[in-house]
Amino acid sequence: MLELAAHILDIAENSVRAGAELIEININEDTIDDLLSIEIIDDGQGMKQEEIKKALDPFYTTKTVRRIGLGLPLLADATQRSGGHFNLESQEGKGTTVQAYFGHSHIDRQPLGDIINTLIILIAGNPDVDFVYKHKYNSQQFKMDTRNIRKEIDDIPINHPEILKYIREVLEEGFNDIKQ
Amino acid sequence: MAKLTIDDLKKIKEKVHKEMSLRDGKRRVKITVHMGTCGIASGAKEVMNTLLQEIETAKVNDVVVTTSGCMGLCSREPLVTVEVLNQDPIKYEYMNPNKMRQVFKKHVLEGEIQTPFVLAKGSEVIK
Repeated sequence: MLELAAHILDIAENSVRAGAELIEININEDTIDDLLSIEIIDDGQGMKQEEIKKALDPFYTTKTVRRIGLGLPLLADATQRSGGHFNLESQEGKGTTVQAYFGHSHIDRQPLGDIINTLIILIAGNPDVDFVYKHKYNSQQFKMDTRNIRKEIDDIPINHPEILKYIREVLEEGFNDIKQ
Repeated sequence: MAKLTIDDLKKIKEKVHKEMSLRDGKRRVKITVHMGTCGIASGAKEVMNTLLQEIETAKVNDVVVTTSGCMGLCSREPLVTVEVLNQDPIKYEYMNPNKMRQVFKKHVLEGEIQTPFVLAKGSEVIK
């Protein structure tokens, strides 16, 4: 994984497979405390206690097509490489929360990467799932909620190219605002 | 640039509605980009970006794109499945943006299967 956006895509795809209807992605960049945190919260099926313990083991997976599962271990490792830490909480039937903390200025922290395209891919590939994206940069923040967009477009699918283009523009605006 | 508002979204909605009534938007092709950890690490994200761009430029409305998980052939990722209505699905292996463009233009739009990139024909059997 070359960038954090790829990790986000990977973990959010896990949420989709867990039957989530709403996935929240929160990014918090704090250059004063030198911290970057990524939080992914879903309302999927959640994990059993013993599954949570095994989730960071690369040789544990719930899939039957192969014997390894690297998504969470790779993210956990990426946090530790940058002097951060990783937290996994899950409740069966309620959902899962993944929190990853990185040292913002650490040389081994991967770049954030292309978040906009990551979100577009998630929305385009999973039109039945709602996404809430919050990005905070020091004191500035912006939010994108597909539920608000869905309310306005009635019968047009959210993965229609024109709607995706709109969402992309909204995200670009949001990023411009907070990075000024 | 002026801020995007909900009104902009309403305009888009009206525009799309007009187009929908003009064209028959039935699903003709379903394209699945396999988006497991292995796929993402080997570039499925770029392949999917290219595909979405191509669909936007070609202005087709009968192509559905979806993502799926890993199917156990991690070494051959990025994998893309193209399923034309009433035909066997075709799985393409070792995809990249250029190959994706070619597959989209030739296979999806013109119906010509790009054999050099094909891994298999038919659906996978999940045990």
